[in-house]
Amino acid sequence: MTGEAPVVSAEGLALRFGERLLWDELSFNLGPGELLAVLGPNGTGKTSLIRILLGLLEPSEGRVAIEGRPPREKRGSIGYVPQQRAFDRDLALRGRDLVRLGLDGHRFGIGRLSAEQRARVERALAEVGAESFADRPVGRLSGGEQQRLRVAQALVSDPVLLLADEPLLSLDLAHQRILVELLDARRRAAGTPVVFVTHDVNPVLASVDRVLYLAPGAWAIGSADEVLTSETLTRLYGTEVDVLRVRDRLVVVGTPDDTHVHHVEDGSGR
Amino acid sequence: MFTELLGQHFVHTALLAGAVAAVVSGAIGVFVVSRGASFAVHAISELGFTGAAGALVVGLDPVLGMIGGSLAVGLVLGLLSLRGRERDSAIGAVLAFGLGVGVLFLSLYQGYATVATNLLFGSIVGVGDGQLRNLAIVAAVVVAGIALLYRPLLFSSVDPEIAAARGVPLRPLAVAMFLLLALTTAEAIQVVGVLLVLTLVITPAAAAQRLTVRPGLAMLLSVGIALAATEGGILLSLAQPWPTSFFVSAISFAVYLAARVVDARRAR
Repeated sequence: MTGEAPVVSAEGLALRFGERLLWDELSFNLGPGELLAVLGPNGTGKTSLIRILLGLLEPSEGRVAIEGRPPREKRGSIGYVPQQRAFDRDLALRGRDLVRLGLDGHRFGIGRLSAEQRARVERALAEVGAESFADRPVGRLSGGEQQRLRVAQALVSDPVLLLADEPLLSLDLAHQRILVELLDARRRAAGTPVVFVTHDVNPVLASVDRVLYLAPGAWAIGSADEVLTSETLTRLYGTEVDVLRVRDRLVVVGTPDDTHVHHVEDGSGR
Repeated sequence: MFTELLGQHFVHTALLAGAVAAVVSGAIGVFVVSRGASFAVHAISELGFTGAAGALVVGLDPVLGMIGGSLAVGLVLGLLSLRGRERDSAIGAVLAFGLGVGVLFLSLYQGYATVATNLLFGSIVGVGDGQLRNLAIVAAVVVAGIALLYRPLLFSSVDPEIAAARGVPLRPLAVAMFLLLALTTAEAIQVVGVLLVLTLVITPAAAAQRLTVRPGLAMLLSVGIALAATEGGILLSLAQPWPTSFFVSAISFAVYLAARVVDARRAR
């Protein structure tokens, strides 16, 4: 891979569920180290876009390539950080087991880790600062600790692309910041591009290179300063929407469901 | 009396049959427990009974009918791949009807009712050499299946979302898991009977996961507990002529309670 070639290229994507069109003619490239935030209200296909990038869902039209190949063929080299979910408290699974599954869980057999693989698991745990709780059962860890392990699990296979789907949901502000910093550090150090789905842009506002805003039936892509403006969102929604800067926070007012009061402590911008 | 019995061939056969069934039950149990699929085990075993009763009516080997019934239910459950409440109610509905059919089959069956009783409550001391051989063959298939699918089974059981993202085929694996479970259930039925399959498949695994947080060790412990319960239960029933199934379930449950106590003390 040369530094110039896009890691992800999406061309003319359309997504329909039955009669309902979520978006069409959606095209974008993602270069090495880029962080793309995917924003928008519920039901506009943010998670579906992640599933398309994972090769788990076929777009109704258009095509996606990751390093020039269909996503299905690249699954082994895509790191995925999901929304935090509760594990059974009694589940016999340690943090390090969860991370290890990200390395070889898809392979047949019982499998013993080689010294090199064991070192990779250790490195991934160290990278997210999870050594102190790596041997505790995942079901008894806090949401923030679990999400740090999720990042380690996504990084352990040394991915060429990171996908994160609402990874900050239900985390406290301190852990939100830690998680964003971890993903940010990775893309700066290894040039791994990140697609970050979130309903609240503020936690990633300082890191984001571009924003893809999915509104019902319309979308826009560009820098945060271009997309997150009253003009752009008013055009997307077809109704008056205001984007306000309150101290360091970006607040969107007037979207039809008006769910998003974006709030966070860290919105220093760029 | 007790030592005399220990020298008997049928006792040796029973101990071997019990060991074979215990190993597969304890092993598959950890996946069942981590998927929260205990109720499915119950359904598979009761419909195994329906299959056995059906086989009796048409004059076939009830063990074949049982394996057929279990596999059919296992296949359906795996294909549906339901989760949570939807799965519970679907299993409940199918289970109830299947049992009704089993009752009809039994009423149509003109032979000895003890055959049916043995299926329901187990008859480990009645296992013959041919049956032991079949038990061993089926167990070998299950163990090979678990060994081959260990990592993806674990991954898809504890972390299905990421497993899917990493390319683990969830549905085919669920089908494979439920088919292995069906074969295991058919094994366990021959030791403890339809009504007590849970005591070998669920209880040891549930106890094991309270004793360790390591998934591999949990499986070994689960197998060990199932073995101790089965062999201990058979031996106790020689000393005291109560049903073997009672002793097996009692030992299994005692270990489970002890594991909970150990776990609770550690947590404090």
